Amino acid sequence: MSKKIETLLAQAGCGCDPRTGALVTPIYQTATFEHPELGRSTGFDYSRTSNPTRLALEETLAAAEGGARGLAFASGLAAIDCALRLFQPGDRLVVTEDLYGGTFRLFEKVFRPVGIEAVYVDTSRLELVAAALAQERVRAVLLETPSNPLLKIADIRAIAALAKVRGQLTVVDNTFLTFLLQRPLELGADLVVYSASKYLGGHNDVVAGVLIARTPELGERLAFFQNAVGGVLGPQDAWLLLRGLKTLPLRLRQQEANAQRIAEFLAQHPRVTQVWYPGLTAHPGRDVLARESIGCGAMIAFAIESAARVPDILKSVRVFRFAESLGGVESLITYPIAQTHADIPVEIRDRLGIHDRLLRLSVGIENAGDLLADLEAVL
Amino acid sequence: MKLATRLLHAGRDRDPYTGASSVPIYQCSTFAQKDVEQRQAYDYSRSDNPTREALELAIADLEGGAVGLAFASGMASTSTVLLLFKPGDHLIAGEDIYGGTYRVLTTIFKQWQMEVTFVDTTDLDKVRAAIRPATRAIFVESPSNPLLKVTDLAAVAQLAHEHQLLAITDNTFMTPAAQRPLELGFDIVVHSATKFIGGHSDLIAGLAVAREEALGRKLKSLQNNFGAILGPQDSWLTLRGLKTLGVRLAAQQQTAERVAHWLQARPEVKQVFYPTLPSHPGREVHLRQSSGGGAVVSFELAGGGPAAKALLKRVELSLPAVSLGGVESILSYPPMMSHAAMPRSERLARGINDGLLRLSTGLEDGDDLTADLTRALAPAG
Repeated sequence: MSKKIETLLAQAGCGCDPRTGALVTPIYQTATFEHPELGRSTGFDYSRTSNPTRLALEETLAAAEGGARGLAFASGLAAIDCALRLFQPGDRLVVTEDLYGGTFRLFEKVFRPVGIEAVYVDTSRLELVAAALAQERVRAVLLETPSNPLLKIADIRAIAALAKVRGQLTVVDNTFLTFLLQRPLELGADLVVYSASKYLGGHNDVVAGVLIARTPELGERLAFFQNAVGGVLGPQDAWLLLRGLKTLPLRLRQQEANAQRIAEFLAQHPRVTQVWYPGLTAHPGRDVLARESIGCGAMIAFAIESAARVPDILKSVRVFRFAESLGGVESLITYPIAQTHADIPVEIRDRLGIHDRLLRLSVGIENAGDLLADLEAVL
Repeated sequence: MKLATRLLHAGRDRDPYTGASSVPIYQCSTFAQKDVEQRQAYDYSRSDNPTREALELAIADLEGGAVGLAFASGMASTSTVLLLFKPGDHLIAGEDIYGGTYRVLTTIFKQWQMEVTFVDTTDLDKVRAAIRPATRAIFVESPSNPLLKVTDLAAVAQLAHEHQLLAITDNTFMTPAAQRPLELGFDIVVHSATKFIGGHSDLIAGLAVAREEALGRKLKSLQNNFGAILGPQDSWLTLRGLKTLGVRLAAQQQTAERVAHWLQARPEVKQVFYPTLPSHPGREVHLRQSSGGGAVVSFELAGGGPAAKALLKRVELSLPAVSLGGVESILSYPPMMSHAAMPRSERLARGINDGLLRLSTGLEDGDDLTADLTRALAPAG
């Protein structure tokens, strides 16, 4: 029977152990597997190549995202690193300009020296993306949408169509919305990447990354690199991630409802000069998002009047926690210039609008009234 | 703060040393002591462990009690609480109490010359009539398992206190997110945290909370002396489960209510037991003392035992298994599972008939569940 996504996730990994009938996938904390005889394998040889707990997770993710193959990694950056192994020296990628600082660092410090180059573009502007894709040696486009931290929206369907004509790969970092709200593979993308530390895990207690390929062929190439390079997710963390996925629909729905209320509250607040949240009517890209997703997520960026107030706000919050990361059940407040985007040079940050008055919220599942009261008190 | 916030931040929700967003798993048995003269907060993990303590503080806060304690299983928490009593003491217990509790009361504690009278606690007069000079406590479950009978908790607590008895309740079915017996006057709440609190069918754990400090200290001493504590890994996983209890229970309850109404309209179903159905005799009392019907629905098939067994074989989505409260829907057959420890005559006398099934609704889509049940209820061939 065809199952709805809530059903698929609630029973993720169920029935994996026919021997005991255990409802939940066992944690196969093993490095190697005994062979029945020479030349025969149980399907598992060595846990770097494949591990039953990780496989249960990878199959769940592939089914949920609507792809042919899912692969789990030790971190979101390990997943992106694996995806970038698809390219050769001389290749170029068009990349969302206000991307996560860690991805920027990976491109600039690790891949640029070996000749793989990122071309940064405001991917919320289709004409700029079209021009960039037409440049020589561009092999792929990597979109973060909504972007981090300013939540700019890229038109995945239009960009994937442009890239396809040129034989270029479309890769989408779907960390902020997840397959529940935005389904890039159905919009024409070839590959989805995740920091699964965020909404997929959802409890601020696992560091993990994921790739999901639309076709078995691409999945096979990436699985080769996953095994060859070896940045795999361990069985304990794979199991915890599988556990997190079961409540993803509930968490994200509650987080989104809370975020909408907080964004509206901030938009009215006299000490707040600007709010970025796709659920606000003024948000640029709202129309594209309405066409290509079924929700706005739970990330909010906002600017306050004076940077001098920032230290006090971060010290005084009682319900929000001042910490890096996002997507968990606990609400976090982040100061992008000092934390997530510290590795992006100041002149680029200034051009992107990531300034010293900008704060980012990852809204959790606490009571919305408590969150609003906390912000009211510190602002 | 409101409950949804307290589920995340009650007790000790982060590590004071590193600021880690999740309580560390202190997988250690002992703690180095700086000075033999000065007792430190932690010396040996059976007595106190920081991870277990974080869970214990959280459940005490959520239930509104003074002391919370975590045990290796729900039965370990119930059995430890029963160690408060001595030979010659008499207890009154709900007649359709959980099978495991029935078993310890009628075997182990009976050997210790403790006496128990099982009573239909939905009838306060029957409870009052069972009180003897040696009676020390009243132990109830509301809603009960598996027939979801509702007991007036405030009235039982008041009756208990008029006679200087301890009022104890197993709050597993409702959790503090929906029902807080200590606020209604109960002295002790016990839980099988394996169920809704853990919520993922992946751990075995029990909890107990005492309303008052003095009683809490007695229980804490029994926990340490008897030693059926919850380990650090499972304590941490239970805390992780607690964080989503509010959203899980709300969604599971919504589905349960839908399925209960749906079952009521099916010709194959003789009777549906769910506390907020208009036909439920305890509906009014239940709504007064809790915020919803919970996520367990029992129903009796007209076709009796054979029909129940056939349904268990045919369902695909609801997992045929013991236990309840997880994110996965679980269909169980009380006569052969949770109440197998009870003799058939006792079981039938309590209304737990051969056609009775108990469904714990999970987080699956409600339409998927009813579609599966429709298919499984349809006569074969």
